[in-house]
Amino acid sequence: MTTLPARPAAPTYDTPESDNYLIHDKGIPSWLLTLDHKRIGVLYTVGVLLSFFVGGIFAMLVRTELLTPGRTIIDAETYNHFFTLHGAVMVFLVIIPSIPAALGNFVLPIMLGAKDVAFPRLNLFSYHLWISGAICTVVSLVMGSFDTGWTFYTPYSTTTTAGGVIPVIVGVFILGFSSIFTGLNFIVTIHKLRPPGMTWFRMPLFLWALYATALIQVLATPVLAITLALVVVERIANIGIFNPAMGGDPVLYQHFFWFYSHPAVYIMIVPAMGIISELIAVHSHRQIFGYRFIAFSSVAIAIFSFIVWGHHMFTSGQSSLMNTLFSAISFSVAIPSAVKIFNWICTLYKGSISLNTPMLYALAFIVLFTIGGLTGLHLATLNTDVHLHDTYFVVAHFHYVMMGSALIAMVGGLHHWWPKITGRMYNEKLGMIACAIVFVGFNITFFTQFMLGSHGMPRRYYDYQPEFQIYHVISTIGSYIMASGFLLTAMYLVQSLVSGKRAPANPWGGATLEWECASPPPYYNFHEAPKVGDPYDFSNLHWDERGEGYVTVKPPAAKA
Amino acid sequence: MSAHAPAGDHHAADGHDDHGHGGGHGHHNAEYPFLAHHFETPAQQFDSAKLGMWLFLVTEVLFFGALFVGYAVLRNRYPDVFTYASAYLDTTLGGINTAVLILSSLTMAMGVYFAQTGRKTALVVCLWLTMAGAAGFMVIKYFEYTHKFHVHLVWGEGFYKPVTDDGGLQSAELSSKAPVPLAPAQTTMSAGTVTAQQLAMPAFVQMPAGEQTAIAPPAAGPAGMAPAVIDAKAAEHAADPATHGDEALHLEDAAMPPNTHLFFAIYYAMTGLHGIHVLVGMGVIGWLIVRAGRGEFGPKYYTPVDLVGLYWHIVDLVWIFLFPLFYLID
Amino acid sequence: MGHAHTSSSDAGHAGQPLVGHLVAPWILFATGGALIVLTVITVAVRYVDLGEANLLVALAIAGLKATLVSLFFMHLRWDRPFNQLIFLSGVVFVVLMMAFCLMDTSQYRDSQYIGNPADVQAVLDKDAPNAPIAAQKSPDLP
Repeated sequence: MTTLPARPAAPTYDTPESDNYLIHDKGIPSWLLTLDHKRIGVLYTVGVLLSFFVGGIFAMLVRTELLTPGRTIIDAETYNHFFTLHGAVMVFLVIIPSIPAALGNFVLPIMLGAKDVAFPRLNLFSYHLWISGAICTVVSLVMGSFDTGWTFYTPYSTTTTAGGVIPVIVGVFILGFSSIFTGLNFIVTIHKLRPPGMTWFRMPLFLWALYATALIQVLATPVLAITLALVVVERIANIGIFNPAMGGDPVLYQHFFWFYSHPAVYIMIVPAMGIISELIAVHSHRQIFGYRFIAFSSVAIAIFSFIVWGHHMFTSGQSSLMNTLFSAISFSVAIPSAVKIFNWICTLYKGSISLNTPMLYALAFIVLFTIGGLTGLHLATLNTDVHLHDTYFVVAHFHYVMMGSALIAMVGGLHHWWPKITGRMYNEKLGMIACAIVFVGFNITFFTQFMLGSHGMPRRYYDYQPEFQIYHVISTIGSYIMASGFLLTAMYLVQSLVSGKRAPANPWGGATLEWECASPPPYYNFHEAPKVGDPYDFSNLHWDERGEGYVTVKPPAAKA
Repeated sequence: MSAHAPAGDHHAADGHDDHGHGGGHGHHNAEYPFLAHHFETPAQQFDSAKLGMWLFLVTEVLFFGALFVGYAVLRNRYPDVFTYASAYLDTTLGGINTAVLILSSLTMAMGVYFAQTGRKTALVVCLWLTMAGAAGFMVIKYFEYTHKFHVHLVWGEGFYKPVTDDGGLQSAELSSKAPVPLAPAQTTMSAGTVTAQQLAMPAFVQMPAGEQTAIAPPAAGPAGMAPAVIDAKAAEHAADPATHGDEALHLEDAAMPPNTHLFFAIYYAMTGLHGIHVLVGMGVIGWLIVRAGRGEFGPKYYTPVDLVGLYWHIVDLVWIFLFPLFYLID
Repeated sequence: MGHAHTSSSDAGHAGQPLVGHLVAPWILFATGGALIVLTVITVAVRYVDLGEANLLVALAIAGLKATLVSLFFMHLRWDRPFNQLIFLSGVVFVVLMMAFCLMDTSQYRDSQYIGNPADVQAVLDKDAPNAPIAAQKSPDLP
């Protein structure tokens, strides 16, 4: 290791009130054209949360329609458009960018002790691509929307008369490149911009998770891009590669699609696991249990993710040989996932747990992810999958993983870093109430759907047998409860921006580097090179009554 | 579009540093004006850019890789189609294009060498030569494509349409009314003919059996024209501008296997995507020529030349596989 | 790896770049020449009938050419091991996807048939005689 010249100390130390990234430059162009990773992270967060709101409205409309068999509020065709929009918006505009691009952009360089990501311009370009993708989705809505399901399965997606298929596919193509460039940026940043002392095994686990995620983003997303490009060409020029009537192979489309989209599921869940590792360790003030196991399990999941895609295709006509192989490999994903769960629980054991909002979300994650993960085993089993495939059981399973795990972790992480991002504390009591409401509402909504699915209700159906109605009614009521929880969250978070208490530099007692800089962080993150230590050594952190935050107290000599 | 993005990042600091980060970094920037504020040394910046470019190249590999997988699946499924249809491609033009791309790769590599050694004029000359190679490749590709369009060696239904007087495709409206003969063995429907409209709107209920397809094979023409004969005829046509593009020879050939249109679908998909990459390459090489002309590159700083070089070599590399896989099947 | 930088950063040495590796022109020209020769060989081999092996030979030559381009033109021979690993992993993932897809499609191609199995067809004939799919008979399968 060559040593780098030490950064000279900045001549003046600015307080967060006089200089931070939020007020460093003023005006809307200074935000939209910013090269600062923190601002780009904030822009992503705003965009993702707005998209989450839009996707949530579609979800509410779909759930409301399903209150009664037959027509309740919308006709069948509109229903098809709405559930498709819900899926596409939530997957491509919300969950995939939510943790890496939104929170990751803000947190990664600071946690690493770097001044920025490796390619700030590319980072801004990614964000502009994200905006373009979102605009394409809106254009698609104007041009007649799309009813293909978020999976764009051929030959339906190449033959449907819905007018907005091409714009939305172009949008997803663009969003894919946004995701690729974010991943590329993160890999290079983690490899090349670590300051002296930040070795691989001193990196916080969130960074390991982002690193594993970035590997998937870079390696899997191009395949989705070319597949969608082929669908567009197929729609425009009828080339027939995926069209069985022209000698093409629709199962090949599914292979291509899931070669990306199964790893994409891990693009959603792996960074969520990283956040949970941070939340559990910091809020139970205890050294993380099994650091290396958690770190390597992230990478293991990333690698496994590429060889299990066929478990989405058990009933598609895939050969029995491949069914068997994919089923067997899929089970093995349970191992690294369980490693993480056990390590988190061991970290909690005898920890000094602060039962605050981020911790509640982390605990909710563990419960929901365990249910979501274990029901995944039912679906990876060949013979049960034949019964459960394309039923509400699958819907419930992936909502437990994508929403109950990935999004819950995102919201938990948002609360954890909210003081750092905004410099304000949110209302802790309301936060815990909202978390409880979301947790209860979520389980009412989706646990019911496990029963609905195992009784045989197919997914995506507009109409159903009367005996299913009671489940649908319960599920819809649950979704309203959940929505009210999120609305409450939105309200107190906005309120905190206006009248929240000023946040100290380290409100939770975290030992990672982002808690060493002020809240909100200064424009260049660190005025002097941060001293890198063990990210999970909380022994020197003590609660300081005056500042209402944690300060580092070294045993021999005190240092503020 | 995206290729020069990592390369372009070396300006990243331009806007950033205007804010005057206090002290410290001034001496770096004076010695290395290209050094972005968040890097400590030129080596760190160069390594980062190079790693970023390699990651981008991997996305390119997978981008094309999916199409290669599609190619493999189709070829495995319809081996006779690929053997047959390859004869319609002009090996000479394909071979010349391969050589042109290899030579342009060589000039690009030499360009990197001259940039590293600070020889500005030689660098600009090399970049122009590379640009010429790229342009030559596209011109040859243009002639290949236009010839095939004339004789309806295209994707989809257009492949099965006879050439009209003006050499263009029949309009969709006309063809939808014209019945297209369909051999009885090829369908389970009782009628021996099916309209082109039905063909154009493929329906699930016409799920083909085995090798069969709802797309009609051509009506039997002069029996058993071998690929070699077709090749000879095509060459003859190509040599004679007067008859150039007057006939869709494949439609006269009873030996043409079903689903031959798929060969051309994947051919245009892959070579088309490759062609787009060549055009993007010409764009970024042009950008390099401008910057090299201003004398921006030298032994201290040549990263953009190096990265564009890597991109250009990957374009060459893809063609190295496309050439034997499409042109050289026997 | 971290901050261990590319070596050869003695910028003072005449003709040496500050960073990266300088590849001598003769190596580049030799590589270019080899690539042209291999192109001629691959065209020539086309006219030799080796049966199935033709494809393998063509792919082997293309692979060799690709290796030459990446090692010498792209300086991968002298590049960092991690960059080599990245490039290799891209190729490995393509091969992986190709292997799985080929395994699958060559397995199920024989089980694809027109229409419905006899028992399913019997139900369809009885329950939904007018459904478009009922018009499909399965001629050559039980």
